[in-house]
Amino acid sequence: MKELLSGNAAIARGAFEAGVTVAAAYPGTPSTEILEHFARYPGVYAEWAPNEKVALEVGIGASLAGARVLVAMKHVGVNVAADPLFTLAYTGVNGGLVLVSADDPGMHSSQNEQDNRNYARFAKIPLLEPADSREARDMVGLALDISERFDTPVMLRTTTRIAHAQSFVELKEPQPVVLRPYQKDARKYLMVPGYARPRRAVLAGRLLELEQYTESGPVNFIEWRERQVGIITGGVCYQYVREVLPQASVLKLGMSHPFPRNLVREFASGVGNLYVVEELDPFIEEQVRMLGIHVKGREIIPGIGELDPVLVARHFVAAGVPAVLAGEEVTEAAAGATAGLPEAPAAPARPPVLCPGCPHRGLFYVLRRLKLMVTGDIGCYTLAGLPPLEAMDSCICMGASIGAAHGAEKASLERHGHTVAVIGDSTFFHSGITGLLNMVYNGGGGTVVIVDNRTTAMTGHQPHPGTGTTLMGCPAPAVDLEMLARALGVKRVKVVDPLDLRRVEEVMREEVAAPETSLVIARRSCVLLTRPAGPPAWVRADACKGCRSCIRLGCPALSLRDVEAASGGTPPGKDGKSASKKVAVVDQLTCTGCGLCVQVCKNGALQRGEDNVGTG
Amino acid sequence: MLEPVNVLMAGVGGQGTILASKVLAGAAEKAGYDLKVSEVHGMAQRGGSVVTQVRLGEKVHSPLIGEKTADIILAFEKLEGLRLLPFLKPGGTMIINDQEIPPAPVLAGAVEYPAGIIAHIRAVAPDTVVVDALGLAAACGNARAANVVLLGALARRLPVGEELWQESLAAQVPARLLEVNRAAFAAGYGL
Ligand SMILES: Cc1ncc(C[n+]2csc(CCOP(=O)(O)OP(=O)(O)O)c2C)c(N)n1
Repeated sequence: MKELLSGNAAIARGAFEAGVTVAAAYPGTPSTEILEHFARYPGVYAEWAPNEKVALEVGIGASLAGARVLVAMKHVGVNVAADPLFTLAYTGVNGGLVLVSADDPGMHSSQNEQDNRNYARFAKIPLLEPADSREARDMVGLALDISERFDTPVMLRTTTRIAHAQSFVELKEPQPVVLRPYQKDARKYLMVPGYARPRRAVLAGRLLELEQYTESGPVNFIEWRERQVGIITGGVCYQYVREVLPQASVLKLGMSHPFPRNLVREFASGVGNLYVVEELDPFIEEQVRMLGIHVKGREIIPGIGELDPVLVARHFVAAGVPAVLAGEEVTEAAAGATAGLPEAPAAPARPPVLCPGCPHRGLFYVLRRLKLMVTGDIGCYTLAGLPPLEAMDSCICMGASIGAAHGAEKASLERHGHTVAVIGDSTFFHSGITGLLNMVYNGGGGTVVIVDNRTTAMTGHQPHPGTGTTLMGCPAPAVDLEMLARALGVKRVKVVDPLDLRRVEEVMREEVAAPETSLVIARRSCVLLTRPAGPPAWVRADACKGCRSCIRLGCPALSLRDVEAASGGTPPGKDGKSASKKVAVVDQLTCTGCGLCVQVCKNGALQRGEDNVGTG
Repeated sequence: MLEPVNVLMAGVGGQGTILASKVLAGAAEKAGYDLKVSEVHGMAQRGGSVVTQVRLGEKVHSPLIGEKTADIILAFEKLEGLRLLPFLKPGGTMIINDQEIPPAPVLAGAVEYPAGIIAHIRAVAPDTVVVDALGLAAACGNARAANVVLLGALARRLPVGEELWQESLAAQVPARLLEVNRAAFAAGYGL
């Protein structure tokens, strides 16, 4: 049976078919759906770990105990998991272990773009790269076979256009699950210097064997066509090459580390001009150059952002190599600018925004009012750093907010009373706890706010250790943040409702002024998981002065409109004045009645839905 | 059909582009085509622009469509249609919903919602079909079926038989809403 599967669904399927019984991950676009799909298969165990390092460590234990294991994360997650990964390369595995790294060229949903193929080389482990969903499914099984045969973890690297593109996969029956017996072997698994040194040599020997394997392995192959132009490529770029250079010979690398040197030599000597097409770093290109082979890569295709077929075609045409699009040859002119077309009206951007009723909005509105330096973190709440709220000063990586606030205060006493770290609940469990511990331990006087919306909202509402449920839908103990903070040594812990602006302001003033570390928990569930707080707000148009105070909340349910255009939410028959006046309008369909705009309005124009008498 | 047909769907989170692309994929699968469907998840969902790329043909390589290579753009919102116009190939078809959803910078009063979008699109793409999807869907009994009206308008312009669309639609929408959706589809199909 064939099914249209995303790369992520295909990876989950591949793991199921290959007898994986344990999977662990921390969510992160574009990897998240792998575990969500895998957890639905019968007879498997899957969990969200609090972060990627723990996920990989869980995977290591499961592999030691003999199971086949899948661990998944987004590209930056591998930074977090790098510590166990590099030593896992020394110990090797018992049950096969595949680590999926989902990279995000072009930063659709990430704070950076990094090419994690480098990690495979750095950690000295094999690297597989699928070019569509079928290959993604197949390569999970292959990765596990390689992992067990060569006693090594294997990295399977996807990119957004593999992870989130759907193509057909012919489903297979799952193979029987075999648990390999566990044998204590300290010289293999206990990495102290005396045991690690010999393992370093084992690692080197294994790489030599893998170098042999990669030459003849099933995923590196040459497609001979015309010999003038030869392209070495892999991953989604293979598809772009097939699309726009259908006549070119191609060396497709499904496994680019260890590098199949002889195969590359053979290919290079069989073609006239040699090119590499790859996204981000010149990973393949540099290894070709090291063989002393002349090749063009970055010279014609830039290494920033995502490619697509048209970009690849344009770069080749510019380099004098004919390319086709939709069956027609691309000319230099057609590939270039849009000459002769009427000038288009400027299209304003449509950036993502905090939802109507989002509890994060109330907290950040106050932080902005108090003109605090806000070291931020990653999650939906990072959107509060954009206009019009603009209430965040920095965002680096998950967990960075707390260390950064502490460091700022240590650098300058003047920062005390003016600095606050803001971190989401899932992010706090991921890597904020140690930052808070550090602040208390080192006598910091900082203020940390956990925006506790009771979920991992940004990546699609995954449960976490604070929510009381697990990925498999089982009940779990929910962390008591107040008690946890006290155990870390925080004496000042306060809980506020972020939609109560007056109370939030009061608490924030007190806590930033306090000389010791304090924790504020701004607690209210994500609006997408709860029923609306109340009926939608409405506007008394005669009272609205068009002062824009409410607009500064950045709520998508609020706008200013000319009076005659303003109908929704305005009780009829109250204006009758000149047409040029602008008044606030509440969109009755999307407003959740959170009441923030009502609190912010100084003119009594915005009214709670409950008070909307006689307009039903 | 030698070369794949490239379809771009553009809208705003919550407009039902995902359902529309599922129905399209289902119908194309039944018609025996190779398929690639590509979308971006994550940040894009919080009220941002949503784009789905669908390619169908005998053999489809790239999951992505580049500039000036979309055969048909199905725009669920005017501004999103304008934004994707550079992806339409010369002589391609633009099907555009006559609906405005102001983005955050417009709501905040930083910029105006651009005027003259349809006129500009028509000037660039003579084969432009403007659809009052909300109005037509409401007339069928549910304004929420606007996405299916648009899908109907797309369906007639793709090499997939109507009965396959009907089967796929029935497989994707809940039974109690099927009648409304069939009417909405028919309203679009006639355009
Ligand atoms: C190391 C790493 N792993 C995963 C991600 C993806 N990611 C970004 S924010 C986030 C979680 C946000 O949850 P939370 O802190 O609860 O904030 P919310 O979105 O609910 O406001 C995740 C998983 C990342 N950016 N970096």
